[in-house]
Parts: sequence; C-alpha cells; structure tokens
Amino acid sequence: METIIDIEWVLACYVDDVPENGGVCMKHGHEQIAIYNFSRRGEWYATQNLCPHKQQMSLSRGMIGSAGDACEPKVACPFHKKTFSLLSGECLSGDDYKIKTYPVRVTDGMVYVGVA
Amino acid sequence: MSKPTIIVVGNGMVGYKFCEKLVAKSSAFNIIVFGEEPRRAYDRVHLSEYFAGKSADDLSMSSASWYTDNNIQLHLDDPIQEINRVNKTIHSLKGVTLGYDYLVLATGSSAFVPDIPGIEKGGVFVYRTIEDLELIKAYAINAKNGAVMGGGLLGLEAAKALIDLGIKQTHVIEFAPRLMPRQIDAAGSAMLQSKLSALGLNIHLNKSTACIAGDHKIEALQFNDDTLLAVDMLVISAGIRPRDELAKLAGLQVGTRGGIMVNGRMQTSDNSIFAIGECALFDNVIYGLVAPGYEMAEVVVAQLMGADKTFHSFDMSTKLKLIGVDVASLGDAFITEPACRTIVFEDTHKGVYKRINISNDGKLLLGGILVGDADAYNMLLQTVNNKIALPPNPEDMILGLRGGEQSEGAGVMSLPDDALICSCEAVSKGTICGVVNDGATSLDTIKKCTKAGTGCGGCMPMVKDLLAGTMKANGQYIKNVVCEHFDYARQELYDLVKINKLKNYDLVLDHFGKGDGCETCKPLVASILSSLWNDLIVKQDTIQDSNDRYLANIQKGGTYSVVPRIPGGEITPEKLITIGQVAQKYGLYTKITGGQRIDLFGAHVSDLPLIWEELIDAGFESGHAYGKALRTVKSCVGSTWCRFGLHDSVSFAIEIEERYKGLRSPHKLKGGVSGCIRECAEAQSKDFGIIATEKGWNLYICGNGGSKPQHAQLLAADIDNKILIKYLDRFLMFYIKTADPLTRTATWLNKMEGGMSYLKNVIINDSLGIAEQLEEEMQLLVDSFHCEWKEVVNNPALRSRFTHFVNAPGEKDPTVKFEGMREQVKAVW
Repeated sequence: METIIDIEWVLACYVDDVPENGGVCMKHGHEQIAIYNFSRRGEWYATQNLCPHKQQMSLSRGMIGSAGDACEPKVACPFHKKTFSLLSGECLSGDDYKIKTYPVRVTDGMVYVGVA
Repeated sequence: MSKPTIIVVGNGMVGYKFCEKLVAKSSAFNIIVFGEEPRRAYDRVHLSEYFAGKSADDLSMSSASWYTDNNIQLHLDDPIQEINRVNKTIHSLKGVTLGYDYLVLATGSSAFVPDIPGIEKGGVFVYRTIEDLELIKAYAINAKNGAVMGGGLLGLEAAKALIDLGIKQTHVIEFAPRLMPRQIDAAGSAMLQSKLSALGLNIHLNKSTACIAGDHKIEALQFNDDTLLAVDMLVISAGIRPRDELAKLAGLQVGTRGGIMVNGRMQTSDNSIFAIGECALFDNVIYGLVAPGYEMAEVVVAQLMGADKTFHSFDMSTKLKLIGVDVASLGDAFITEPACRTIVFEDTHKGVYKRINISNDGKLLLGGILVGDADAYNMLLQTVNNKIALPPNPEDMILGLRGGEQSEGAGVMSLPDDALICSCEAVSKGTICGVVNDGATSLDTIKKCTKAGTGCGGCMPMVKDLLAGTMKANGQYIKNVVCEHFDYARQELYDLVKINKLKNYDLVLDHFGKGDGCETCKPLVASILSSLWNDLIVKQDTIQDSNDRYLANIQKGGTYSVVPRIPGGEITPEKLITIGQVAQKYGLYTKITGGQRIDLFGAHVSDLPLIWEELIDAGFESGHAYGKALRTVKSCVGSTWCRFGLHDSVSFAIEIEERYKGLRSPHKLKGGVSGCIRECAEAQSKDFGIIATEKGWNLYICGNGGSKPQHAQLLAADIDNKILIKYLDRFLMFYIKTADPLTRTATWLNKMEGGMSYLKNVIINDSLGIAEQLEEEMQLLVDSFHCEWKEVVNNPALRSRFTHFVNAPGEKDPTVKFEGMREQVKAVW
C-alpha cells in the first residue's frame, strides 16, 4: 500500500532572489536546501545542499545544465564536478551517490519548497 | 523466513570489497561486519598520501552512511575474540555474541617484526595503519635522522612518508643485495637506487642489523659488519605476516609459515567459513596485493550465489610510482637465458631501465621489468596475458616505433575480447566495447555501467582508447569537441563567437549549441567571452566556475580565500598593515603564496564584499587568483639593491604585471623577471620568464611547474623592454586564441606541430601575417581592464549575491567550523 505524506510548502524567497540559470541556498531548521532557477527552461528545482562526495555544503553554488539527448536537468558540485540529476537526485558521474530532491512551487513571484 | 547471516571478520579493503560486491548482487543476506580499527575501511595502498596531505576521510573506501544505506551492521573498534564452530557463533571483545550461517575471515596481515635485540625501544615503529602513521608523525617532529628497515615495495613507501614528514636524512636498510627483490632484477635495482639516491635517499644494501642501540629509545643501528648508523627513529617494513591467530584458535587448518589454508572456493577446513585477502593461504602462497584479494572476494560472492567460480593463481604483475619513479614488473620477470631470450634497454642519463623476456622462438612475451618509464606497462601486460604474437621487432614494444607510422589505439583494439583491461574490477575488453556498442559515448557512462577504472584507475588510458577505437569502428565521427552541447573545438568556437560578435552565453548556445549547457561548456564560453570582449564576468555569474562566480577560491569546508594583487611582490608597510588588520578582523588564516603574494583563507561568502571594501580603500585590486587568468609576475630584488643585479627587475615585473593583470586565458598564466643569470625569480619555470643580460633581456616562454615541470625555452635574446613587450603581446594573444581549454602554455607548445621553431617564426618573423592584429587585440584588452571586486563592492545588486542563505542573509553557514593550529585557524570538515 502506498502511504500519502502531507507536503508542507515553505516560503523560501522571491523569484528575483535567485539568479537566472543558477541557485541559492535556503535554511529550513537545521536543513540546507539548494533551489535552482532553470530560467532557460522556465523550470524550478530543489535538492539537498550537501554534496555527498566530500560532504561539502556546496550544490547551490554549482553550475546547472543538461545531460544526454533527453536533456536531463543536472547540477555539478563546484568542488570536484560530480553531477546529479535534478529530477531523480541520482549521480550522473558514475558513482553510487544519490541526493534528496524537493518539489518547488512558484506563485505570485514567491518561491515555495515542499518539505515532507 | 529470516535471511541467512553472514559475519565478516575484518574491515579492511578486501572485507569492504566483499560487502560491496555482495550487496550489488543480492539483498538475500543479513550482513554484519566487525572491524578492529576505530574507522571505516580505508585505502591502505595509498597510505603514504596521508602524510602528503590527504585526510583519513579522503582515504576512506565509502561514505559515512554507506553501511546503513545498504543495511549492513558495522561494529568498529571491536575485534572478534573467539569462533565457536559447533554452535556457529562468534564472540567479540566488547561482549557481543552472534550466530552466523557463513563466516568470512578477512583479517588481513600485520607487519613482520624481526627478533632483533632492542626492537622494543622507543622510536621504533611499524607501518600498517593510520594509527601507526599518527604515532610516526608525532615522533618525527623531534627526529632528524630516520631509517626504514626493508627495501621492498612497502619499505620504499614508508621512506617516502619519512621524507614527506621532513626527516632530513632518510635511510633505507635492506638485507638483500638489491631493492624490491620480489619485483625487479639487479640491474633494475641499480637504476632505481641511483634515481632514489639522487632524490636524497640513503640506501644501504647487504646490511643485516645486529641490534638497536640506545638508552630506552633508539639512538643507532648496529650492523653485523660492525658498522653503526646514528638514527632517531626506525620504521620496520620487512614484510607481512598473515593474521591467522583467530583461525588457529578455532582449530582451522593453517600453513606452517602462517596463513589460513583455503581451497579454490576460498573455503577453509570448515566449509561454512571462508578466508580472503592477505590472511588466506592458497596453494602455499599468500597474495599480498589488493587485486587478488578483490578476486577472492568475488569468488566467495559467487559461491554464496550458487555459482561455480574458483580462484586460480593470480597474476602478480604490478606497476607503481615510488617517490616519483615508475617501477613495474610483469609476467615472469626473472626468467633468464637459456629458458628465454632477453632484450634490455638501459639509459643511465635519463635513469631508464627496461627488460623484456621473450620465448626462444621469438613469438611470445613472457615477462619484463620497467624502471624510470613504465608507459609501456599496460600493453606489455596484455601481450603476456593474452599470448599475443610479438611483432617482428619486439624491441619496438619498449623503444617505441622509430620511424614508420601506426595509428594510435590500434594496439588496444587488436586485443582479444576476453583480455582483462581493469584488473581491480575484473572487466574485460569485450564488456567495455559492448557498452560502447550499446550507445555509451563517455568515460563516465563506461565507469557507471562496468565499474572499470573505479579502482586504482591505471587502466583509464586503455579504456579511453577502447572508447575511441570502438566508436571509430562503428563509423561514429570523433572530433575533439567542447562537450555534448557544442560540436566544435575551442578554437572554432572562439572564431565563431568573434565573427558573430556574440556577447552572452545563451546567445552562443542558441546559435551554435544544443541542450541547456553544462559545467564544461559554460566556463569555457565564459573564458572565450572574456578573452574577446573583457566584459565584467559577474554580469554572467552563473556560467562561471565557482571561483570566478564568487571572485574568490573555494576551499575545504566551503569558505573562500582572498588574494589581493601585489604586483612584482613589492608592497609598502602601510599595505602590509592593512592586510594584517583585515585578517585579524575577519578571523582569516594568512600565508605567503609561491607567487610572492599573501593569501587570506577562511572567509565566509557573506564577508567577501566587506573584506574587499577595506582592501580597495587601502588601494588594493583583485589578484585574479580565482581565475584562469594572469596570476603574478614574480621578481627578484634586482639592481636597485642587489650587488649582482644588472637591471631593475622589480620595476619591469610591476610594469608587466600591470599590463596583463586580469587577462583571461585558457589556463592560468604566471611570469617571472630575474635581474641576473642567478635567476632568483625562477623565471624559467613560468609561462613567460625574463632574465637580465649585459645587453638587455632574454625572453623565455612556455615553462611551468606543477606535476610535470618543464623549463621555459628561449624565444629571443638581448632585446630591449619595448620589443620584449611586443613579443609578449603576440605570444600571449596567439596562445589565448589557439589553445585547447585548460591547457597550459607548455602543453600547448608540446602539441604544436613544428614546436618552438614554428612558434618563433610566428612571433618574431610574423610568418602568419597576424602580428599586428595580435598586438591590437591585446591592447584592447589592456585598455579595458577593470577591477572586478571594485565593481561588486560598489554595486548593491551584485553585492547581495554574496550570501549563504537566501532567506537569512545575515546568517553564516553553521556547518563551517575551524580549529586552532599554530596560533591561527584551519578548517574542520
């Protein structure tokens, strides 16, 4: 049976606070969440800010882009360029890491992140 | 029904690899691991890197959460004390008693300590674990002379560790008449010895130690030939002993000289207990390398899955770098005439020794030894293992082709499909080519699908050749393109951007690319845009590499370092005071850099604009240490103070640094100016080096330090300031326009057809007719210089980007932590 978890939508920032095709980091309790404004595609994504490779709080400062013919959206950690899918959180550089992803909602110029 | 329980005794490299291989195949087992050491399994092969700056975490085989993520129960710091084979239980030191269905002994080995009088004295160590290394490190602080007992592979690794720890005189004591007696022959040893001696190592062969002299702690080694060697510390690395005491206690069969006896299925005399790695004795052999240990782990996993895989004697061929010297030994390295014929190449000038042993009929390669240059290792090993017929002139294999042509990569492509390419993960050529035939086009994909190259990484050049070769065979066009988003080489893209006057990344992508870009093409296009138009890079901050985006260098823990420009290394007392005050105010660690500047480490991202505001007020500018750009022009003090100086090298260095500051290029650029031939500025190790002569200046170009140092070469002699700058303009601009991304000037020149004589012709004789254009383009960049930090400090919108939390701008990253070290701070992470 599938359990349905209530999602709480937390206000992160204004749309203007996030650079085009770039990211920012949001504080949520003790958690750090990276939010990406993929303006080239008109899409928003959010993941954990911690890069699992060397445990650095860095993904929000990474470069985003796409991989493959399917244009899978991805982020590259600025430390050692490990890349992660913004959709599934899976590592695309051949390692076994996986990062947490969060849903994002944009309403009236405000960015909200869904936390479980 | 509950899952069968497997208990793994030992959390070393092989024990870890067993778990990794098992969870990859099946989740049908309940896995419990006991380790004696306090930390997770780490890479013991690269242990000496711990002294060269790697942390215990860097060496770790897995992430902290790996065991829990894979439902493996891990007990660290808790050795197993007893195995009860009747009840099938184990009992640990901390009092844990658990039942098992299968037991895997991966207890490894300990250092063999010879029974020499005085061996128990202080200052005598073994070299096996991170704990051993920490003890050695603490003791080495007060030691001037150190010795390593054992001139084998591990002994030389230990000697490197002592050198890295700053021991002034390091000695290696070997009982046998040669170094690495298990891997190389006498001639190879002699070559290795002369190379290591030149690097400052004192090597003593044929020495047997009678006793260790000293009052409580070691003061000297007394040898059987009545000589004495004064040392403050001794590291013993005289071989390994398998850890079989637990097995012995449990009544399992062990060898007379140690080792838990196993059959081809890695079963001990109790068939629910397996032994793998350096504790296992197969066919009377202990395999003291990691690759056979991994193979044993694979065999046990196969047994558990019901497959019929067995272990066979393992190829002990090995290639390694000892204190920077390549050493390799493969196949039957020691077979001699008349059982074979040998071909030997020896070059005492460069310190290269190569020997191959071929069958008497000249058809097969049997083995070989390489010292000083082991580039041929992979191909030779494949030739031995796959019994490939030798070419008519087998010496070509170690000397290279002299004249004639051969297409690159053809060697690897001619291997049979079952040729083992990655021996760490046992991946064959067929498997790799299969993945490429199924559509893989990148090394990352191959690594992910096959795990090839994820171990020691030594096979990556062959994997790369296989990728290129297979794609070519399938008719796929291979071109040296930027990345998947741009079908152009850097130079083509540079020209296209220039001709079409494109000024931002999205336009370039829309015109000439596809998809949404990536971390490879974004900074590359950013660099081209800067080199062409010299616009403010922060206007397009999200296409810049992290360092360029925040105009500072990201460091461990996520803080940044700040480097103000100090042209030519000249600085006033007032400015020095400002740097000190800023560092004090923001709690920064300060260090003098190799380029005669001061680096301030540990700045929070939100402090960067505040720090720069104060620095700019005091007259500083950005040092561009974060960019692929001109860094510094180093100088010696020159004729103003030095009694040997011929010209004023400081003034000239400042003039040149001011001219090219902020210049963006395919890679970083460094320069140097020396006031006389004594060359105190080390200018010949720079991308451009200038040395004063009686009549003017000599200009050298295309040198670099780094991992492959290369001296700069003379471009022009005895020229005046004006001509020199003209040549420099042409050289730098030509490099910027034509070099591949992330290619230093030295590599650029090495790849250039025609080499230095061609480059001289372009720069001095204007053979391409572009000299004037190059000078104009450079002048445009010089005239449009701006200090990026000044722009940011004065622009509130840009400033607001320098925060860690978007929803708490004043707050700093709470995960950043520092600890004290020599009255300053260092990052904890």
